[in-house]
Amino acid sequence: MFRRVLPAVTAFALLTACSVTTSDAPAPGERVVTLVTHDSFALSPELLEKFKADTGITIKPLAGGDAGEMTNKLVLTKDAPIGDVAFGVDSTFASRALKEGVFAEYASPEAQQGAQRYQLDPPNRLHAVDVGDVCLNIDVAAFKDIGEPKQYADLADPKYKDMLVVEDPATSSPGLAFLLGTIATFGERNWTNYWGQLKANGVKVVSGWEEAYTQDFSGSSGKGPRPVVVSYASSPSAEIGDDGTPRTKALLDTCYRQVEYAGVLNGAKNREDAEKVVDFLLGEQVQADVPGQMYVYPSREGVTLPEAWTKAAPLPASARSLPAAQVDANREQWVQQWRTLVQG
Amino acid sequence: MTPRPTTRLSPRSAWALAALLPLAFLGVFFAWPVLAIVGLGLGEGGVLPVLARADTWDLVGFTLGQAAAATALALVAGLPVAFLLARCRVRGAGLVRAAVMVPFVLPTVVVGLAFRALWPDGGVLPIVLANAFFNVAVVARTVGGLWARVDRRAEDAARALGASRSRAFTSVVLPSLAPAIGSAASVVFLFCATSFGVVLVLGGARHRTLETEIYLRTVELFDLSGAAALSLVQFVAVIAVLVVGALARRKREKSLSLRVEPPRRPTGGEWGVVVAAWLVVAALLAPVAGLIARSLATDDGWSFAGYAALAGTGERGTLAVSGLDAALNSVRTATDATLVALLVGVTSAVVLVGLRRHGSWFAETLDTALMLPLGVSAVTLGFGYLVTMDALPGDFRTSPLLVPLAQALVVTPLIVRIVLPVLRAVDERLRQAAATLGASPWRVWREVDLPLASRSLLAAAGFGFVVALGEFGATSFLARPDAPTLPVVIARLMSRPGELNSQMAYAACALLMVVTTAAVLVIERLRVPSGGEF
Repeated sequence: MFRRVLPAVTAFALLTACSVTTSDAPAPGERVVTLVTHDSFALSPELLEKFKADTGITIKPLAGGDAGEMTNKLVLTKDAPIGDVAFGVDSTFASRALKEGVFAEYASPEAQQGAQRYQLDPPNRLHAVDVGDVCLNIDVAAFKDIGEPKQYADLADPKYKDMLVVEDPATSSPGLAFLLGTIATFGERNWTNYWGQLKANGVKVVSGWEEAYTQDFSGSSGKGPRPVVVSYASSPSAEIGDDGTPRTKALLDTCYRQVEYAGVLNGAKNREDAEKVVDFLLGEQVQADVPGQMYVYPSREGVTLPEAWTKAAPLPASARSLPAAQVDANREQWVQQWRTLVQG
Repeated sequence: MTPRPTTRLSPRSAWALAALLPLAFLGVFFAWPVLAIVGLGLGEGGVLPVLARADTWDLVGFTLGQAAAATALALVAGLPVAFLLARCRVRGAGLVRAAVMVPFVLPTVVVGLAFRALWPDGGVLPIVLANAFFNVAVVARTVGGLWARVDRRAEDAARALGASRSRAFTSVVLPSLAPAIGSAASVVFLFCATSFGVVLVLGGARHRTLETEIYLRTVELFDLSGAAALSLVQFVAVIAVLVVGALARRKREKSLSLRVEPPRRPTGGEWGVVVAAWLVVAALLAPVAGLIARSLATDDGWSFAGYAALAGTGERGTLAVSGLDAALNSVRTATDATLVALLVGVTSAVVLVGLRRHGSWFAETLDTALMLPLGVSAVTLGFGYLVTMDALPGDFRTSPLLVPLAQALVVTPLIVRIVLPVLRAVDERLRQAAATLGASPWRVWREVDLPLASRSLLAAAGFGFVVALGEFGATSFLARPDAPTLPVVIARLMSRPGELNSQMAYAACALLMVVTTAAVLVIERLRVPSGGEF
C-alpha cells in the first residue's frame, strides 16, 4: 500500500510546492513592514514592487476583517501589535482606536496635500487615505416616467412605495453609514419618525451589501425588483452600458461620508520604516491608484479620477458626516433603537 | 526462555502516551485560545444578565431547532447516495462521488445568494435547506465508507430466510451502519449549529443563531463579555449534543464482519433507492448549474468574459494575483491542512481504537474532545489566537502556518469520524490470529487494520482536503491579501459593483468547483488494490 501511495502523495506535495516546506520568513537583513488592513484593501502590485525598489522596504499586508472588526483586533492587541501600520480604520471607529491609544503620533509631510481636511485629532495620529461616500443609488431607467427621488424625504413618499432596499446597520458598514446619514439629516430626535415612514412605505432590509446590490437592486446585473439601493457614490462607475451611458446614478444629496485612515501603530517594530509606509499611502501614486483598486476617492487634492468616474461617479460636493466622538458614544444604542423600530 | 527485563510499557500506558499528540494539538491550538478569550470576557462581568435575557434562550432554541431539522434532512437525502456510492455498480459512480463534494467548498455567501434567488425573503425553510445542501456529502461519505465494507452475506441470509427487503434492511443493515450514521449525524449537527454565512444571508435580522450573535458581539460591538456568555451557552449545548451522540454510539459499536464488498448491479427494489439517490444528486447540482449560468450570463447573451478576466488579474487589475494563482494558493494551504489533520486524525483514531479495546472512559472523553472544535465559533477561536499566540516563538499570530493548523482543527474530527467506525469494526479475531502467528503490534496494524481501513483513509483524506479548500473562517482571519485563496478572491469580487466583477466572482466559484472535483478524483485514484486478501 505504502509503496504505491507514498510516492504519489510526495509527488503531489512537491508539485504544489506545499507551503509547509516553503516558509516565507524574511531573509536576514530584509526590512518588512506589516500593514494591517481591512478586507477590501487592494493596491496595484507594481506600486508595492516599486516602493520596495526605491526604499528597500517590503510591505506585508495582513487583512483583519471589515473596518469594525479590524479596529477591535487592534484594540485587543494594542500591547503587542500584530503589525506596524494599520490602514482602514474609518471615521465610525476612529474615536475608539484613538481613545484606546492604538496609534502613535506622526506628522507626515504628505498629509498637507489634502489629507489634513479630514484630520480628527490635533496630534495627528491618523491620516486620511481615502474617502468613500455611502449614497442611495437608483436604476435610472425605472424613473423615466415618475421622476427621480432626490432627497431622503422623497423615499417616504407613497409614489416610491416598495422601491427601496437597505442593509442592516448591525451587520453591514454601508447600512450603518446610511443610518448615520439619516440621523445627521433629521437630528437625534426625529430620525425615528423618518424610519417609521420608510417602514410604512415598504422598505426592505437585508443583511449585507451583496444581497442588496446584486440581488434586490434592479440596476445591477442581478436585475432585482427594487430600483433604489444603499450603495456607494462610486458604484455607478461600474455600471456603464456599452453605449457609454451610466445605467445607475448616485443621489448626491443623500450621501454620508466615511473617511478611511492610516497610522503608525504604537509599539511598531521599526518606527522609521512604518512612517515611510504611511507617506507612501498618502503619496501621489497610491492616491491615483485607490479609485480603480478600492472604489473610493483619494484624500489628496489634484489627483485625476479615472474616466468612468468623471462621467458617472463624481465626488459628492455636500456629503454629511457626524462627529466621530458622537458616533462612538451612541452607535450601539442607535442600532438597537433602529432594530426595535424597523424589525420589531 | 528467560524472561526479558520488563522495561516495556504496558499497552495501556503506551496508548496514553500516543494520545499525547492529539491532546497537545487540541490543548495548544484550541483549548488555550478559546479559554483565554472567554476568560477575558468573563473578567469584564455581565454574563448573568445575558443568560437572564429571554432572547438568549430564543437564540438557543432556534440554533438547535434549525440544526436538528437540517441534520434530519441531510440524513434522509444522504443515505440513498451513500448506498449508490458504496454498493452499486452503475455508470458515473466516480463522478457522483466527486460531485457530492462540490457543495462543501462553495462559499456560504454564494450558496446563501443562490437560495435567496428562490426565496427572496429568506426564512427558516431556505436556511434548513441550505445547511442540508452543504452536508449531504458528510452523510454520503461517512456512511458510504462503512457500507462498502459491511458483509453482504448476513443480509443475503436474512433474505433467504424470507425477510422482505425492507425488513432485511431495518434488522440487519441499519444496525450495522448505526455507528457511521451516528457519527455523521453528530458532525452534521455541529456544522449546522455553527453555520454562519447562510444564516446571515437568509435569516437577515429576523432569524439569528448563537453563532451570528457571537460574531456580532465580538466583531462589531466589541462586547466581549456578552460574546463570552453566549460562547459558554454554545459550548454547553455542543457538549450536551456530543455526549448524547457518544452514548448512542457506545451502545452500537461492535465488530462487524468486514470484507471488501465489490459493488454489484442493483436489483429489483434497489433501483428505487438508486433513482432517489440520482434525484438527490440532481437537486445538489441544480444550484451549481445556476452558479455556472451566472458566470456566463451578461446583458447581451452568453460570454466567457468573466473567465477571461480571471485568467489575468481582473478588470483594471482588481486582483492582486490571477485566479489561477489563487487556485494554487488554495491547493497549497489545503494540502498542508490535510497533512496535519491526517497525522493528528489517524493517530487519534488508532489511539481511540486501542484504548477502547482496553475499555476506557478516557477514550470517550478524547473522542468527544476532538469534536469540540466543530462546535465552537470561528470568531471566538480567531480572537483567542490574537490574545494567546504571540506567546509562541516567532509571533504565531501572523504566521502562515496558523492557517493550516486552524483548518486541521476542523478537518481532524471529520477524519476521525470516517476512519474510526471502520477501524472499530475490524474483527479482533483476525488481529489475534496475526499476533498468534508472531506478528508484532505494528505489523498487525499494517497487515490487518490498514488494508481494511485504507479505502476509508483515502476517502477521509479527500474529504479533509475539500473541507480545507472551502474553509473560510480561519483563512479569512489570517488572509494574506498578497496570496489570497479562491474563497477570499470570491468574497472580494462579490463585494464589488459591475457586471464583470460579478461574472468573475461566479467564474471563480466554477474554478473552485473544478479544482475540488479534480482533487477528489485524483485522491480516489490512489485507491489501493485491496481485493482478495480475505
